[in-house]
Order: sequence, then C-alpha cells, then structure tokens
Amino acid sequence: MIDLTTASAQWRVATVAAIRNETATVKTITFDVPGWPGHLGGQHVDLRLTAEDGYVAQRSYSIASGAGSGPLVELTVDAVPDGEVSGFLHEELRVGDQIEIRGPIGGYFAWSAAHDYGLLLIAGGSGIVPLMSMLRSRDAAGATQPARLLYSSRSIDQIIYRSELDRLAEQTAQFTLTHTLTRNAPSGWTGERGRIDRVMLTRWQFTPAGDPDVYVCGPTAFVETIAEHLVGMGHRASNVRTERFGPTGAIRT
Amino acid sequence: MLVTRGFKGKRRGGDADRLRLPPGQFLTPEFPVLTAGPTQHTKLNNWSLVLQHGGSILGKWSWEQFEALPQTEITSDIHCVTKWSKFDTRWRGVTIDDLLRAAGLDAAPTDFLLAHCDGGYTTNLLVADLIEARAMIATHFDDLPLLPSHGGPARLLVPHLYFCKSAKWVRRLAFRDADSPGFWESQGYHLRGDPWREQRYEGDQ
Ligand SMILES: Cc1cc2nc3c(=O)[nH]c(=O)nc-3n(C[C@H](O)[C@H](O)[C@H](O)COP(=O)(O)OP(=O)(O)OC[C@H]3O[C@@H](n4cnc5c(N)ncnc54)[C@H](O)[C@@H]3O)c2cc1C
Repeated sequence: MIDLTTASAQWRVATVAAIRNETATVKTITFDVPGWPGHLGGQHVDLRLTAEDGYVAQRSYSIASGAGSGPLVELTVDAVPDGEVSGFLHEELRVGDQIEIRGPIGGYFAWSAAHDYGLLLIAGGSGIVPLMSMLRSRDAAGATQPARLLYSSRSIDQIIYRSELDRLAEQTAQFTLTHTLTRNAPSGWTGERGRIDRVMLTRWQFTPAGDPDVYVCGPTAFVETIAEHLVGMGHRASNVRTERFGPTGAIRT
Repeated sequence: MLVTRGFKGKRRGGDADRLRLPPGQFLTPEFPVLTAGPTQHTKLNNWSLVLQHGGSILGKWSWEQFEALPQTEITSDIHCVTKWSKFDTRWRGVTIDDLLRAAGLDAAPTDFLLAHCDGGYTTNLLVADLIEARAMIATHFDDLPLLPSHGGPARLLVPHLYFCKSAKWVRRLAFRDADSPGFWESQGYHLRGDPWREQRYEGDQ
C-alpha cells in the first residue's frame, strides 16, 4: 500500500509537458509528475526552484486540473510584477524543463465527490484557480447538487478560463455562472458590474438556504469582505472556507 | 539537488537577512492575514480565557482580569507555513508562565495542550514549546490592540513555530495527557511545525 502522507510530503521531479496562455498575464503550465498520488479539487502543491549556487525559492500554487490520479498536473500562474517565482515561470520556463514539486497539500479547502452538497463559489482574479479545479472535479464526477460561481475580474480580457466556464454553464443545468467586472465592461455586457456586495450575493442566491458549502478565494481584502458579508447574511461561519494567496498573491481584481 | 535551468532568483535583502530566514521562507514587509474562514468578532464583555485539564477548570479570567496580569513584550521574527516570514514583530501580552502562576500552578499538569478558539479552530502544542518565556497570549501588536483580522482581542503567540500554531481568537487552553492533532494538523500539516527543520507537512521529519 502507498502511504499517502509520505507520498505528498515527498519532492518529485516534474517535467513541463505544455504551457498555454490564459490571458495576457496568466499562463497554465502542465506538468508530468511520475508517481503523482492523485488529488482533490482545491488542493495545492509547493514548487522548489534551485539556482546553480544552491539558492532556493519555494512557492505554493493551487492545482487547476480536476481531481484524478495524474500523472498530469496543471497549475495556473498569474505574473506578479517583479515576482521571483511567477516571473521565472512566465519568462524562463520551457516545455521539457524539470522542476521539483510536492503535494497534494491541504485537505480543508478541497471538494470531494463524497460530499456533494450545494456549492457556492466566489472568486476574485486568480483566486478562480482552486475553484476551477473543484468545478472540473464536479463535472468529471457527475455531481448532482447545484453549484453557483460568482467571479470578479477587472475587465473582460482578464477573465481566466472564460470559454470553459461558459461551456460548463451551458452544458450543466445545475451550474450557474455569474461574472462581475470591476473596472470596465464592454458595451453589451450582460453580467454584473462593480465589486461584489451583499445585494449582488443575494441577487444570485448566495444565501444560506439549504446550508451550502461556501468557498471563497482571492486577494486578502476581497476574501475578508466577502466572508463578513456571508456571515452577515446568515451563513454558518464553519461552512465558509477561505483561501488567500498570501502577501505576494497580489491578485488583481 | 536539482538545479532549475535558467533560475537565478531575485535574492532580495542581504546575506544577513537570508541567514535569518528558515529554509524555503521569503521575507515580506507586509503582515498578511491568513485564516481558514471568516474573521471572528468577540465582544470584550463576553470574552474569557479558560485554563483546563480534563473536566476541571484550573483558571478563568475575564478581559479585565486578564489585562491586570503581568505584561510582557516579545520581539521576534515570525514564519508562516505558506512561506512568508516577517522580521522583528513586536507583541505584548501575558506569558504562559505568568498564566500558570496566576492559576496557582508551579508547573503544567501534563506535557500536551490543545488550544481552542472562537470559530472552532484548534491547534495542538507541546507544553515545552510554551513555557520559559517562549510563548504568550498576545493582546497587542506594535503597542496597539490586536485587530480582529490578526486574531484580536487575544491570540496565542509561539513565534519559534510556524505561525499557524499562534492560534487567533484563543479562548481555552486544555491540557491533555497525549498529543492529538488540531485543525490544520488533521488536514495534513505537521504536528509540531519547527520552521528551522522545515516541518511543514505531515511526513516531514
Ligand atoms: C495556498 C496558496 C495557493 C496559491 N495559488 C496560486 C495560484 O493558483 N496561482 C497564482 O498565480 N498564485 C498562487 N499563489 C500565490 C503564489 O504562491 C506566489 O505568492 C505568487 O506567485 C507570487 O510569487 P512571486 O515569487 O512571483 O512573487 P514575489 O517575488 O514573492 O514578490 C511578489 C511582489 O512582492 C514584492 N516583494 C516581495 N518581497 C519583497 C520584499 N522583501 N520587499 C519589497 N517587496 C517585496 C515584489 O516586488 C513583488 O511585487 C498561492 C499562494 C498560496 C499560499
């Protein structure tokens, strides 16, 4: 039997299998990770980069691909201005390169088909990544409970996974997708405009009815504000799971 | 060691800074907020801190009583398991030694403890990591009352362990006869969390 605990703590050598652009500042990198123990939607990995003289940098990245046993693992990385690791991943990394990775990490901000309850997802900027992994996992598992996503981006060209999200919303009756744009919206835009507030949450039925599981991911201030709204609307605090990408997440919304 | 082709690194800060960083950490000038769920807002007149062992209460303090206990300042570097570190953070509060003394105890009754917080968060700690001025219940950061988003009115401060051990909104310290995982620890994080040994996750030695 494989010991899953040790399996996720162990560093593995991953090979870059593909790199594709999502938006002007966001790329998705596919890694081939031999021996990958599998993951749940919403978990993350750690990457370790080592310079020739031994200098090391490590960062966490959410897994973007849906639950499964691999060996392919996708990460979606936003290029943070002057970012040490995201800058390297964007500018230097090529298909065929090798990089050290370990995971999956975190069992809390994660969706499992064994707990197919009503799901409310709220994302700001690249905070969509772990939530996309949950949506992909749900889709693959044929989840039957309703799911809603409210996704805040600055402008239409900064929406990550836009066509895939549209496709999921069209194909799946139980999935409701709402975008809001906080900076500028093109003419004819039918989604929401402006920052997410209580009125917007209520309008899209992000209400406590049915005791849904709520996942919020994005910049710290975004997550703080939304978690307060949700609790104010009557959600049980223990149902509201949050993930912030940390000080240098610098997620633009 | 696998050299990452083309990776040089930004190496911010000087060599002295880098020697002060545990492995895999990077320095941030900010003070990020990290919590598993919404921020808890506890009114001071509803607040109390309880020290307990099994079914017996060893000590209980209201906010006023707690504020009257001996105050200590700790200045320390802090290290979050998500990899940011911050140097020279300045805290004020009541050390666990003073808390035990205020409860009339010469020593802790057991070697293990589970801290319980508003919002249901828990974390497990070795008593050895809490005594001899290594840890406190902090109520002030940089001379100002601790903000709710940073764990106010009171949080544990155990600066020599990963910062998730410094539980926010702490309300009850329960001594236990054996170590058992708290909230993050049962989600795959390390039981002790020593940053210098890089004990991030379950399975790290
Ligand atoms: C659980 C988790 C999941 C995550 N998932 C994702 C994800 O899916 N996608 C994603 O894009 N990101 C994700 N992140 C964020 C990611 O880990 C990195 O923080 C992010 O990529 C930035 O790292 P960097 O090395 O590029 O930037 P850094 O080099 O760390 O710097 C970022 C910014 O901070 C400034 N800065 C850094 N240090 C200093 C200093 N000492 N003094 C002054 N300024 C400084 C830099 O100038 C720069 O502007 C996640 C984080 C966590 C914790």
